[in-house]
Amino acid sequence: MIKGKVWKFDNDVDTDQIIPSQYLLLPTIEEMKHHTFEPIDKDFSKKVTPGDIILGGENFGAGSSREQAPAVLKALGISAVIAQSFARIFFRNAINVGLPVIICKEAYNHIDNHDIIEIDVVDGVIRSEKDKSQFIATKLPEHVMKILAANGLIEYLNKQ
Amino acid sequence: MGMTIGEKILARASGKATVCPGEIVTAKVDYGMSNDGTTHLNIDIFEKKLKADKVFDADKVVFIVDHNIPAESYKSAEVHKKMRRFAQQHKLRFFEGTGVCHQIMLEEFVSPGQLIVGADSHTCSYGALGAFGTGVGSTDFTAVMKSGEIWLMVPETLRFNLHGQFKPGVTSRDLILKILGDIGANGAAYKVMEFGGPALENMTIDDRIVLCNMAVEAGAKSGLFEPDEHVVEYVKSRGREPVALFTSDPDARYEAVYEYDLGALEPMVAIPHSVDDVHPMTEYSDVKIDQGFIGSCNNGRIEALRLAAQILKGRKVHPYVKLLISPASNQVYLEALAEGLVDIFIESGAIMLNSNCSACWGSCQGVIGEGEVLLSTGTRNFKGRAGHPNSSVYLGSAASVAASAITGKITDPRGFLAHE
Repeated sequence: MIKGKVWKFDNDVDTDQIIPSQYLLLPTIEEMKHHTFEPIDKDFSKKVTPGDIILGGENFGAGSSREQAPAVLKALGISAVIAQSFARIFFRNAINVGLPVIICKEAYNHIDNHDIIEIDVVDGVIRSEKDKSQFIATKLPEHVMKILAANGLIEYLNKQ
Repeated sequence: MGMTIGEKILARASGKATVCPGEIVTAKVDYGMSNDGTTHLNIDIFEKKLKADKVFDADKVVFIVDHNIPAESYKSAEVHKKMRRFAQQHKLRFFEGTGVCHQIMLEEFVSPGQLIVGADSHTCSYGALGAFGTGVGSTDFTAVMKSGEIWLMVPETLRFNLHGQFKPGVTSRDLILKILGDIGANGAAYKVMEFGGPALENMTIDDRIVLCNMAVEAGAKSGLFEPDEHVVEYVKSRGREPVALFTSDPDARYEAVYEYDLGALEPMVAIPHSVDDVHPMTEYSDVKIDQGFIGSCNNGRIEALRLAAQILKGRKVHPYVKLLISPASNQVYLEALAEGLVDIFIESGAIMLNSNCSACWGSCQGVIGEGEVLLSTGTRNFKGRAGHPNSSVYLGSAASVAASAITGKITDPRGFLAHE
């Protein structure tokens, strides 16, 4: 079960918004994470708290193949990203770095910025604390859950 | 049921007679390519997390330093050092500063029928030569470096039938912008964009690269053309042979089919901050620009430079506009020099840059300041893409950038060509 505060974003959030190009060659993700979402909100990395949840519209993570994008979200302690749909490369990268990505069409129009929500990733249910409303989301299959539990694909493979 | 060219390439790569959309295959890659935008992560994962000691085949892993070359900071220089050290240690194919990675791949490695995985989203460009190129992140790429394999879902295919011929001043760049505007930034999500139709006989390799390159801007897994005699000639002239000349079967299944008449197109512009916010250029003719950029893996090849030179010849760049030109590779640069194009550019007041990713991505020379406007032949116009978070990028063709750099505002290039 994942529970946290929501940071809500628009449609088509691209990876240049998540982590701008000029920070990609910093030596570590720890150094990069302070610049997360800088073009949208330059203080995002200071305001976010571990466990918080990102909520996006359609096509979240569009654009560049940079794995730095899900990696900085994970490094800030983001517990999951929910979106109406994901861009292909971001979706795969997120699972590979151990960041849960959940597809839900319905929740976006009912959940507001800073709402507290709960995600049951096994059963595929999102619950809003403010009005107890529930939304059906994609269930993450068992093998993806194992990758997430291991904290990423490489860690998972190393354990095999 | 017949197969598309994309399905045939994935079937070959996974050792199967047939594949169908939705099927997950484990495919052998012909090349893996990675550049300095992300390779430091790949190397860290390879050495520290995966604890691997060798790559699957040193001749099939290509490292290209193109994003921040020459280094604009000592931190980037450290990334380049790390790539150089790893490439030397593992005897990889290594290129540093000779061009944008996709242009180098097309010039040196790509052949019809191949599957190529790149740690860069614009790897989809290779479909221009009938190869299946697709972008992945660092973890997936590192797994390819070690195993030579990747699992992929066989995508659905969208077919784009192209008819007619471009009018003067209108290019494949305008066509791909028009398509992006029509289908949207996720209009081809997870799918292949397959281009074909009678217009192909008049479409050059450069034209085709421009279309495939931006397939990812519609969310596509790849863009593809069926290879024809132009493609065979292109690869043979570079000392390579096609791996396989696949074509789509007449009864291949398409999720949707679109028809485009090239002769009906006009110069297009994508306005900030989305690649699918596309309009006829004439509707934005009052927008002042601070900088123009001609280059990138999308539009820095010789035909784009020739078109720009045709417009800039004997004219001057507006005194308060900077026009940056970066040929997509040193081969292209040498061609431009031999044809006298560089003389025209410099005489017009343009600034020549080395072959790199340049102003297309706001991390090396050519970034723009707060409130500034760039008209670019680059791949993206996302917010802050080319510099300050509060700056604006418009996307247009090389002809449009050249014309606009002269007038200082967004300008339909057709007026400049009419006087030739």
